[in-house]
Amino acid sequence: MLEILDDLDRWQRSSKRVVVARVVDIEGSGPRDPGAAMAVNEDGEVAGSVSGGCVEGAVVGEALQLLEGERGAGVVTFGFSDDEAFAVGLTCGGTIHLFLEELNW
Amino acid sequence: MGSVYQAFSEALRAEVPVSLATVIDGPEVGAKLLVRPGSDTIGSLGNVGLDRVVERDALAELQAGRSGVRHYGSHGEARQADVSVFIESRAARPQLVIFGAVDFTRSLAAQGKLLGYRVIVCDAREVFATKRRFPMADEVVVDWPNRLLDRIGHELGPRDAVCVLTHDNKFDVPAITAAVKTDVGYLGAMGSRRTTDTRNQRLREVGLADDEIARVMAPIGLDIGSRSPEETAVSIVAEIIAHRTKRTAPNLRDGEGAIH
Repeated sequence: MLEILDDLDRWQRSSKRVVVARVVDIEGSGPRDPGAAMAVNEDGEVAGSVSGGCVEGAVVGEALQLLEGERGAGVVTFGFSDDEAFAVGLTCGGTIHLFLEELNW
Repeated sequence: MGSVYQAFSEALRAEVPVSLATVIDGPEVGAKLLVRPGSDTIGSLGNVGLDRVVERDALAELQAGRSGVRHYGSHGEARQADVSVFIESRAARPQLVIFGAVDFTRSLAAQGKLLGYRVIVCDAREVFATKRRFPMADEVVVDWPNRLLDRIGHELGPRDAVCVLTHDNKFDVPAITAAVKTDVGYLGAMGSRRTTDTRNQRLREVGLADDEIARVMAPIGLDIGSRSPEETAVSIVAEIIAHRTKRTAPNLRDGEGAIH
């Protein structure tokens, strides 16, 4: 999360609402380890990354839904091996579990 | 934003070891506990018993530099899974200590930085060991290798690496002699096979045991045919990674099974 702190502080100063997505688990191969983080503000601006660019677009959609109250904080899974997984996949063939929450703690 | 984020971001910026536990599944999704060695915790996961167990586990994970999800009962019971907690550990950066302020050192220091190491360059010759020659190093130390290791050797552990690049027995022997007494994960020394043989002879003469000499990766690096300092640095950091992951470094194409 260190690499996105400057953006988080900047958004905080301008009173933007922000969602943070963090990698919490990887099955198979995955480009980023647990702890990798990206943040999305209410304008859809992005900082950081959680994969090699495979799922970031989908994370923005989830994050904006969370800010609009259409979903709660929780784990989102992307990948090929999970039937419940979203249509977006990882090119490396692994499964990635992200925890999304609003930054209000 | 509240005190947990404040304390977490301050610790990250100051590179103070810190662990952030977050409930990702269970009754209080989003609840947080911040754990720092030697300090009080901040926040709560919603139950005193759970807080106590997670604090203990977070400190252990921090020690190992590991992040991941763990499951507990709602009061912290083991072998239950009412609550899933993501423990994000931010340990101090691993250290790469390079002895010898030579041409190869510059490339190896740059590679080390790329991989996230805190890089220390040490040489007893003050004309060579300058911040100007090694601007990428976190620290440039003018001292004898054994004296530096007397000071920081106790800090070195499995995630750290020591590379001896001087190929001059006057420096190599005290550096290796001091380094084998530490818990450093990787220890390598540069030099041709002949240099390595004569150095091993000297190491035996100063009293190193065979198993201590066997810890030294020498000649240093993987056999990828590297020649320039830049290529050699790649061969060295690749060996450091393979050493840590206990792989023998063949081509991925020619193997089978998991990549990571």
